[in-house]
Amino acid sequence: MKPKATLFIQCIVDSVFPKVGQSMVRVLDRLGVSMNYPSDQTCCGQPAFNSGYRGEARGAAKRFIEIFEDAETIVCPSGSCVSMVRNHYSDLFENDHRWLERARHVAGKTFEFSEFLVDILKVENVGASFEKRVTYHDSCHLMRGIGVSRQPRTLIANVNGVDFVEMHDADRCCGFGGAFSFKYPDISTAMLEDKVRNIEASGAGVVVGCDMGCLMNIQGMLNRKNANIKTMHIAELLDHETQS
Amino acid sequence: MKPNPEQYTATARTAVADPVLQKALAGLQDRFGRGTALAYQQLPEGPDLRHVAHDIRMDAIQHLDSLLDELAGNFRKNGGQVYFAQDAKDAVAYCLKVAQENNVKRVVKGKSMVTEEIRLNDALDDAGIEALETDLGEYIIQLANEGPSHLIAPAVHKSKEDVGRLFTEKLGIDYTDDPPSLTRVARKALREKFLAADMGLSGCNLACAETGHITTVSNEGNIRMASTLPRIHMVFMGMERIAARLQDLDILLRLLCRGAAAQKLGTYVSHISGPASPDNLDGPEQLHLVILDNGRSKMLADPDFREMLCCIRCAACLNVCPVYGKIGGHSYGFAYSGPVGAVVTPLLIGINRAADLCQGETLCGACQNACPVNIDIPRMLLLLRAKLADGDEKWQVSRRSSLEKAAYQFWARIMQNRRTYDLAVDAAQLLQRFLPTNRGMLRFLPPPFNGWTKSRDMQPLAAETFAQWWKANQKGDAHGKR
Ligand code: SF4
Repeated sequence: MKPKATLFIQCIVDSVFPKVGQSMVRVLDRLGVSMNYPSDQTCCGQPAFNSGYRGEARGAAKRFIEIFEDAETIVCPSGSCVSMVRNHYSDLFENDHRWLERARHVAGKTFEFSEFLVDILKVENVGASFEKRVTYHDSCHLMRGIGVSRQPRTLIANVNGVDFVEMHDADRCCGFGGAFSFKYPDISTAMLEDKVRNIEASGAGVVVGCDMGCLMNIQGMLNRKNANIKTMHIAELLDHETQS
Repeated sequence: MKPNPEQYTATARTAVADPVLQKALAGLQDRFGRGTALAYQQLPEGPDLRHVAHDIRMDAIQHLDSLLDELAGNFRKNGGQVYFAQDAKDAVAYCLKVAQENNVKRVVKGKSMVTEEIRLNDALDDAGIEALETDLGEYIIQLANEGPSHLIAPAVHKSKEDVGRLFTEKLGIDYTDDPPSLTRVARKALREKFLAADMGLSGCNLACAETGHITTVSNEGNIRMASTLPRIHMVFMGMERIAARLQDLDILLRLLCRGAAAQKLGTYVSHISGPASPDNLDGPEQLHLVILDNGRSKMLADPDFREMLCCIRCAACLNVCPVYGKIGGHSYGFAYSGPVGAVVTPLLIGINRAADLCQGETLCGACQNACPVNIDIPRMLLLLRAKLADGDEKWQVSRRSSLEKAAYQFWARIMQNRRTYDLAVDAAQLLQRFLPTNRGMLRFLPPPFNGWTKSRDMQPLAAETFAQWWKANQKGDAHGKR
């Protein structure tokens, strides 16, 4: 039987980085995954939740649950959105038994893309090739929120031609933090400068990650500095020159 | 030092621009942050002991009332005196009363964050009693008239050159920035004070209910001197710092030392059970234990924040926090800094006052991983933010910003419906055409997002959303593609 995936394409990939979603679709397609995409989806509610607006987040969460609860498996190209669904929906519905049940049910079948590949599909090599030195940034909610750090590394290391190097402090926050990034720009910038320095010191030409929030942050500074380093979502890397 | 968490953003801005401070903080985190993680790995029981410790702490907190009774009973049985202080004023008054009754003129202090919290030094000073810090770091910041910037390394923000200049100015020595020489100078000055002191003050790392004793940890031996040389020893403890049994204390102590300084055990661990007595001639004539509430009961009463009372103030979270690592301790504007300060300070002195402490983090979770008792600090930061977002009666919080509230309500309306979402994306796409660009990215964003573009460009919205692409490329059946 073909594995199935219902795609959750979070708002920033949908509107700012649709190519990441397209890459994910192509990679999954090549692996024989049958996909569907509920076209009325919007956002999991994380931005409101992280800023404390739980009522507003709850509205978005309910909507997410209604749209996705009949799915067999939900796959999303973002660790922080998955962490929201998996770890924090229960905070939103702690006083509402019925919704809590439904939230738990959805949480149990929502997976981040690299996690889905390695842990569910048991795929560690998708047959991509990419002839560059690559480093990897651990996004906080991916790594500490849902415990995913081995999976993306395995997938990257198995890309044909990749020279994978670890940067110093790969698992240290890049300073994004959602609204934090523009509410506390001085602190955010100082953190990001460290991250960019570590990326540069790694000698990599490409920094790969699994969360576009962090990558958008890193890319923003690299671009401002006219640096010659690119950011890449893991789906884009795995979609690169795939051999048939 | 008066609390000033209101200055978070401003102090942080100065801190990130201070290269000396940046170097000091990076050095601290490199050494202790990494060392602690390794030390947990090397625990005989394995790193999961942190979870055991969390349960031990939670259990003690749930039974705090009876444990404190037990502690007080046993402490008194051992010959000590116990005072339960409601708040800072109460604790300070008790200390002054004991000092005045015993004609105390000179006090030596071991490092104690609780006494920073209640600003005891200021009060002693006002009463004409000389209070001298004897922890080297505390001594330095006392001379400099500053507050601590780290729970364990209070003078981490000072370079050796700073200390050299300070000692030259305050102690009249010839300038040197050689750390051993500076330490020798301090040691000599302190030694004289120890011998002349009438009363010693210390904190308490942990108290044990079962035995009725308190435990202190230091690496300089100064607490041992402060607690044994003077006639009177007064211990200040936050009412949560208690272990039910000796075996719990053993686990917590081992984790505390690993969390604080990546040590298996601090250099000087003292277990102090009572004053001198006819059959035990060592120790002070009087031993007082001041058990401080000062807002902790309120934390205890709220199941959402009770967990914060598990904290043993080891500073492990400071040593890994990427925000603390940039802004340093003074930005938090209170005795407690870093992740622990970001939760404790708002709860102790007011959530609105310390709003920036609740919001000025990225929720990266490094603190929880480093915490020897695995406290879920991000969870509590999120709850504090929720109180600021919508107000809260129990904690007397007023909504921080109606404008922001309105913005998120608007956001929620947009997200409630794919059509409004698409409309919003269309509108933003239109607007972004008027923004200046740099190498294909937006160079300027309008408020409130302009903070982003101070140092970064922003990827513009794509011409086509993923949803549009999917629709255009979908060939499969009604249920999905292919
Ligand atoms: S929160 Fe944890 S890591 Fe931080 S000071 Fe308290 S016990 Fe130590």
